[in-house]
Amino acid sequence: MHIPDGVINGTTSAGFGVVAAGGVGVALRRTGAYLSERQVPLAGLVAAFVFAAQMFNFPVISGMSGHLIGGLLAAVLVGPWAALLVLSVVLAVQGIFFADGGLSALGLNIVNMGIIAPLGGYAAYRLLLKVLPRNDRIVPLAAGLAAFVSVVLAATGFVIEFAIGGTADVSTGAVLTAMLGAHVLIGIGEALLTALIVGAVMASRPDLVYGAAAAPVATTAEVL
Amino acid sequence: MDRRTRVFLAVGFLVAIVFAVVVSQFASDSPDGLEYVAEQEGFINTAQDHALGNLPLADYGEGLTDNGTLNTAVAGLLGTVVTLIAGYGVFWVARRTRAGDEAAQATHEP
Repeated sequence: MHIPDGVINGTTSAGFGVVAAGGVGVALRRTGAYLSERQVPLAGLVAAFVFAAQMFNFPVISGMSGHLIGGLLAAVLVGPWAALLVLSVVLAVQGIFFADGGLSALGLNIVNMGIIAPLGGYAAYRLLLKVLPRNDRIVPLAAGLAAFVSVVLAATGFVIEFAIGGTADVSTGAVLTAMLGAHVLIGIGEALLTALIVGAVMASRPDLVYGAAAAPVATTAEVL
Repeated sequence: MDRRTRVFLAVGFLVAIVFAVVVSQFASDSPDGLEYVAEQEGFINTAQDHALGNLPLADYGEGLTDNGTLNTAVAGLLGTVVTLIAGYGVFWVARRTRAGDEAAQATHEP
């Protein structure tokens, strides 16, 4: 979902660059307020993991693939604000060293995959924890469903940017329909991968999962 | 940090490396969702070449050697390590930001 240079005009790209920089600034302070010393290596590891996972494009339909965004995954593991930083680091490394995502589009990409996906997805995650029936798999289940939502939201983010500053003369409605159609399918892949990874971490170290604390605690008591 | 957490982090890093070096070899070559839509809706031609497209690791090491498997493996390994270091650095800064805030608050309190 990395936007290259040229697709969105310079003014719009710069504007979203300012939004992204502001988001990173807020995230640095917010993350610092809750991140403990022992979580620093974990957060770094989550960034490395998201980079690695994004290299795997899975086939979706003939002629189209998708890859994990990892925004919601990071939000559940280390918290939504830390996830903003995780994705910003990943996108910066990809944009600078791997020519993946245009340099002028870095702000746009950070807004879609680093701000909208983790923050919007995490809001959906919190909501799902409230409405899903209580069970001992609620954390990976809610994470998977919220991951699906995060992809659709991020795709919508691109459409909004395209509507504001798209350089091609293509109708926004057509782009919206196509983007949602494609990313509803890709979102299923994101949901499966996220549920699988969160489930694996929950099975081994639930105490390290930031989003587990928000889950209804009664499940533990019921199991015991 | 306790031993269990160190083991967990080491295993996590190993899994990341396996993803970047091995699983990535099986990645689909088809365009991703956005690129696919850009092709279908006819705005792929507005995309410009990357400003740093001539760097050795551009496009995940595509032009590094004649061996595509090796290129992907090298790009995956280096990218994962660089992201780990950069991520650790950013979160170290975030921690310091908080420490600075607390120090500032402490001096303002009577």
